[in-house]
Amino acid sequence: MQMTRQAKSSKGKVKTSRAKSMRGKASRKIPQRDALDDLVDAAARALDLQLEPAWKGAVKANLKVTLALANLFVDFPLPDDAEPAPVFTA
Amino acid sequence: MDTAWAHASEIAAAVSDGRTSASAVVRAALARIAADDPVLNAFTAALEDRALAKARAIDAARLEGRALGPLVGVPFAVKNLFDIAGLPTLAGSKINRDRAAAQHDATLVARLEAHGAVLVGALNMGEYAYDFTGENVHYGPSRNPHDVARMTGGSSGGSGGAVAGGLVPLALGSDTNGSIRVPASLCGIFGLKPTYGRLSRARTFSFVASLDHVGPLTRSTRDLALAYDAMQGYDAEDPVCAQRPAEPVGPLLDRGSEGLRIAIAGGYFRTGAFPEAQTALARVAAALRVKDEIEIPEAKRARAAAYVITAAEGGALHLGRLRTRARDFDPAVRDRLIAGAMIPAAHVAKAQKFRRWYREQVLALFAKVDAVLAPATPCTAPSIGQQTFVLDGVELPVRANLGIYTQPISFIGLPVVAVPVPLAPLPIGVQIIAAPWREDVALRIAYALEKLGVVRANKPSVKGGK
Repeated sequence: MQMTRQAKSSKGKVKTSRAKSMRGKASRKIPQRDALDDLVDAAARALDLQLEPAWKGAVKANLKVTLALANLFVDFPLPDDAEPAPVFTA
Repeated sequence: MDTAWAHASEIAAAVSDGRTSASAVVRAALARIAADDPVLNAFTAALEDRALAKARAIDAARLEGRALGPLVGVPFAVKNLFDIAGLPTLAGSKINRDRAAAQHDATLVARLEAHGAVLVGALNMGEYAYDFTGENVHYGPSRNPHDVARMTGGSSGGSGGAVAGGLVPLALGSDTNGSIRVPASLCGIFGLKPTYGRLSRARTFSFVASLDHVGPLTRSTRDLALAYDAMQGYDAEDPVCAQRPAEPVGPLLDRGSEGLRIAIAGGYFRTGAFPEAQTALARVAAALRVKDEIEIPEAKRARAAAYVITAAEGGALHLGRLRTRARDFDPAVRDRLIAGAMIPAAHVAKAQKFRRWYREQVLALFAKVDAVLAPATPCTAPSIGQQTFVLDGVELPVRANLGIYTQPISFIGLPVVAVPVPLAPLPIGVQIIAAPWREDVALRIAYALEKLGVVRANKPSVKGGK
């Protein structure tokens, strides 16, 4: 059973009930495939990963979260000659 | 003496001056593990024969008048990603049961034993360390000694439970994004995540090589310092281990926080916390008479970049096992690792460039302050099985978000001491963050807070479950 705890929101609102009702509506529809489904399928083939159908939803959800987080910094302005953090020493 | 709740320093003093023997201390620890671990589920192996043999050797050495180390007779245990000679290194997985037994102990195990400590067992953890909960589908969840229906936090869950539950006074854990500091917070004990590269990771099972740290969990600051000093020093077997001489901190603790400039982390670190996390931070800040806030710039992006690097490196590390043994992973870990293997390389490369930029911004702050205070976790221990919580109005998975305050700090390898604030009914931790290689600063502040009585590892009064 899923349980939740809530911290006091700075905006005084909690989005869970709306999110849940949206999930409920979505679950009654046939899920639409999108570009991320295609990416998961293509990447799995390219990487020789045998994904069972039941796993794909969670893999996609994780990939979606990760890409959304990446969007926070991929366009962060850095000069072309910015060095990455790890430094190889010969 | 009550070795169930004695500090490592007290045990070592008692063994050293003959008030008790190493054998008696180790037998008592093994008896506690046998009695309480069926409830706490902190251990995956108890090393009775090895531990008793080592204890007998210590007692013989004492009778012969040989020098004894500063941790003499102190029982300790290690997260089961540390190599222990004769055991396969599980790293919390089912798959690794098929590995050959380790030939040698991890460097840090050997160093602690060289200083007189006695290894008594291997500890439960989240699978392959990709976890903040302490839950494990193969070995069962580590249980919080303050309420066994609640999480220990992870991924060093057994390390938190074993120390907070009085089974051992010292445990080792690893911390890639918060895996020492999160269980220290939820279990109400002290944890030290040293500077990246300070302590050797040789012969530990990696997770994210560019972010992995190792360190101790204890019930006092003095014990953190004792263990940390015993483990310091260059190790050629870990390419990340810095070529720095040991810089002992034990003799510096009594300097306390006098003269140190301390500020509270603002901005990102002031959002999302439950009231208990804010209360704990306020108590620590008030005790230190700290009012100033300092903004750690772009911490939200830093956390995001740490998340992406973790997913990508984790996915890369386990790609072969995901191809051949995907069904043998914890599903919650497997699906994250598979997604990690699919992340575009461009995002990972940018994350590593952002990491250097962010490091430079944060290091500049240490010209103004010596230490920064921040929550360790957004809340006290959630219930075992709890999937989500709500932070600032957004429902989020517990597993990935208990470390929102720890990730932006380990991302650039800063040393941190997590100190326990004994709130009722459950404790919660506060991070004391210092500049690279200044573990002494964080430990001095922790020691001062402990002497003031503001932070303390409380003996669990409720174990439940029985």
